[in-house]
Amino acid sequence: MGILSRKATCITHGQDSSYFLGWEAYEKNPYHEVKNPNGIIQMGLAENQLSFNLIESWLAKNPEAANFEREGQSIFRELALFQDYHGLPSFKNAMADFMSENRGNRVSFDPKKLVLTAGATSANETLMFCLADPGEAFLLPTPYYPGFDRDLKWRTGVEIVPIQCTSANGFRTTKSALEEAYKQAQMLNLKVKGVLITNPSNPLGTTTTRTELNRLLDFVSRKNIHLISDEIYSGTVFTSPGFISVMEVLKEKKLENTDVSKRVHIVYSLSKDLGLPGFRVGVIYSNDDIVVAAATKMSSFGLISSQTQYLLSALLSDKNFTKNYLKENQIRLKNRHNKLVSGLEAVGIECLKSNAGLFCWVDMRHLLRSNTFEAEIELWKKIVYEVKINISPGSSCHCNEPGWFRVCFANMSEETLKVALIRLKMFVDGPSSTTRSQSEHQRLKPLRKMKVSNWVLRLSFQDREPEER
Amino acid sequence: MSLDKNLLSKLAVGDKHGEDSPYFDGWKAYDNNPFHPEHNPQGVIQMGLAENQLCSDLIKEWIKANPQASICTAEGIDGFSDIAVFQDYHGLKQFRQAIAAFMEKARGGRVRFEEERVVMSGGATGANETLMFCLADRDDAFLVPTPYYAAFDRDLSWRTGVRIIPVECNSSNNFQVTKQALESAYLNAQETGIKIKGLILANPSNPLGTSLDRETLQTLMDFINDKQIHLVCDEIYAATVFAEPRFISVAEMIQEMDHVNRDLIHIVYSLSKDMGLPGFRVGVVYSYNDSVVTCARRMSSFGLVSSQTQSFLAAMLSDQIFVDNFLKEVSKRVAKRHLIFTEGLKEMGVSCLTSNAGLFVLMDLRQMLKDQTFESEMSLWRIIINKVKINISPGSSFHCSEPGWFRVCFANMDEDTLQIALQRMKHFVLRHRENKKRKSFQENLKLSFSSMTYDEHVRTPTLMSPHSPLVRT
Repeated sequence: MGILSRKATCITHGQDSSYFLGWEAYEKNPYHEVKNPNGIIQMGLAENQLSFNLIESWLAKNPEAANFEREGQSIFRELALFQDYHGLPSFKNAMADFMSENRGNRVSFDPKKLVLTAGATSANETLMFCLADPGEAFLLPTPYYPGFDRDLKWRTGVEIVPIQCTSANGFRTTKSALEEAYKQAQMLNLKVKGVLITNPSNPLGTTTTRTELNRLLDFVSRKNIHLISDEIYSGTVFTSPGFISVMEVLKEKKLENTDVSKRVHIVYSLSKDLGLPGFRVGVIYSNDDIVVAAATKMSSFGLISSQTQYLLSALLSDKNFTKNYLKENQIRLKNRHNKLVSGLEAVGIECLKSNAGLFCWVDMRHLLRSNTFEAEIELWKKIVYEVKINISPGSSCHCNEPGWFRVCFANMSEETLKVALIRLKMFVDGPSSTTRSQSEHQRLKPLRKMKVSNWVLRLSFQDREPEER
Repeated sequence: MSLDKNLLSKLAVGDKHGEDSPYFDGWKAYDNNPFHPEHNPQGVIQMGLAENQLCSDLIKEWIKANPQASICTAEGIDGFSDIAVFQDYHGLKQFRQAIAAFMEKARGGRVRFEEERVVMSGGATGANETLMFCLADRDDAFLVPTPYYAAFDRDLSWRTGVRIIPVECNSSNNFQVTKQALESAYLNAQETGIKIKGLILANPSNPLGTSLDRETLQTLMDFINDKQIHLVCDEIYAATVFAEPRFISVAEMIQEMDHVNRDLIHIVYSLSKDMGLPGFRVGVVYSYNDSVVTCARRMSSFGLVSSQTQSFLAAMLSDQIFVDNFLKEVSKRVAKRHLIFTEGLKEMGVSCLTSNAGLFVLMDLRQMLKDQTFESEMSLWRIIINKVKINISPGSSFHCSEPGWFRVCFANMDEDTLQIALQRMKHFVLRHRENKKRKSFQENLKLSFSSMTYDEHVRTPTLMSPHSPLVRT
């Protein structure tokens, strides 16, 4: 309709991409172990559902936080009226401490430099509004979180220019890739305002190395541009090499209080580490006063509910809780990660070696009909509609090599993960082998007897027995 | 510590957020010296904040009686994990249903709202900005009748680049917006090459405290339909209407005027005023245009309502008995406060714009201005803040075209504090009147002596007092 804005009618929000179509397919036919065992298993959603019981038991022991009470007094009215965009001081203090704890207390955060936003979605958009004018650009290493296309570009008018990373070196950001991207932007007449990285990376699940961080700081320093580090997965690092925040590197290089440090900004959220995406808790941390001031004013468009700020300030101020939670959460993530990796290995599928995140970056290049993105989408559609697992194709993450997929492992029960692995095994073993050995048939029979294996009937195997079609 | 400003965006370094205006000096005065009945009885009383503190007791009672409504209590904890992960921008179905039902009840059940059209936003602040993003491009414009809510400048324009074209209204007809004013503003804009995409207004109005009558609503609807431009109605004060004319929502008008193109009609709502819950950030975009619903919903990702809050409100607003009683009490208590305050002002000879809604009145202090200019308005305002120690909002901050009007809030403090504020006002008004009498007496004195040689003694400060020797002679 001509009467709407261009934003309303364009598709830059990216929500027609395959990433979201997989979601839609899942919504229409969601797996449930009892009610819908033939449904689609959701492995395209980077959610952390592994550690709720820790939060629930804390809540059971701390009823005041739930009841709008503090020291026996009702503070309902205060909270109901509290809309100060500076945020609840106790909450910001608790967040600053929690962020520090997540970094082994190797760096500290000043609550006055924190800005609260409605999720990291809002934090990232707000930073774009503060750091770039419409038509300017940010460089992002590929592959990257598909939501960035919407969050960074849609309403801001800012452009993304990719920094191409490849499997040749484990998708690390190289100096030449940075320079190449910068040159590319210049050729497109786009003024580069900064680089945005996600550390740990989504979709790779890897932490950025010290070398890379140094390289990035040198680059932004030379070009006189910003560096945004989205550290939303910082609490999901479950094994070595461990998490190094860009703030630590600034400290190590004695760059605190310099111009460069003023151009480094961190985004954080409780959606992944604590598994609370519904609560919409995002944070911008910046050493630049103007950025903090402007972002604070902009946060009016997406403040955190005071009810939620209060609850979380109590939760995060409990150091016993946070210490135990971080440790336990990491153990559970490691466990799950290992299960997925070994399950895939057993069917000849490798993953990029990773130490963080709620997903694996899975290499299915060998299953492609041809080394093209068409083949990747073809494979993806099979996996979604036939194998009935929603995963994210690398192309939706702007990966420049076809055949990579992001598969999430922390948003379902262990049993569901097993079912998914069985389905994948059937898929890999099935169509890729032209003959089926008797022993395999035999192995399949007991599976058919299981309630959960009704899905087998749906697979289009050539040599299925007649009654199963 | 800050950078070379060229490294930041124009938005970040500019002042279009509007927060450097003198309007905020009042807030600063209050923040530096806030009134407290025991700890700081000489402090500044905050009457510049349109908050509804009159009904929190009802909500507190409900919370106590309904522990299962919280996902954090023993009674409600089973729902915790499902709610904690819920970030679907459609919002919880029960929440949407409860909001639609609440909005219907606040309009006396005279309209139906479909829950599929209820879209969340970060408060009405987020809702208004989102609608601008959906309906207009950078440099397009929206008409806004004056006086209007000060923060519209930020909410509608700042990040969107949409222009605000004021439609001037004045006290000669109680600031009602006329067809002539609309047409005139529209034509002027066209002539200067500005593309008008729509009209936005608050009904009930902030700062007027009045709700639109049927004729005015018809005029507005016909106007936008004729021009095929959008109408955004911010109905955030809907439930605060306490007297005739009863509240007529644009949703009701649509039912009557079916020749109007529904794709042009959008409503903004929130629980911040009617329920007094600004901290919970519950904004709603309700559009009759399917594309706008879709777009606004996608944009709501930037300001979703916390699922904890959605879940809590879904339970509370589904409680029909609670809602019916609550809505009744809101208008009753607002009416009472309004009466106490306006009667108190009347006793001291201060009148207000006749109003039937809102959490404030528009006080008429034109007679107290030195002259009918905005400079005088600001001087008077500074005196009221610094000497009378009440923070109120000058009409200029609402883009009022006439100096001398001040918005004074009455629902954000207890009754005792309101009485203290009235006392202070009375003291100030009476003294001001006396001083004025003295001054004009002095002027008359000058006039009657004008034929004589002007005696220097006449001009000394001691003449301020009516008891000075010269008066007696």
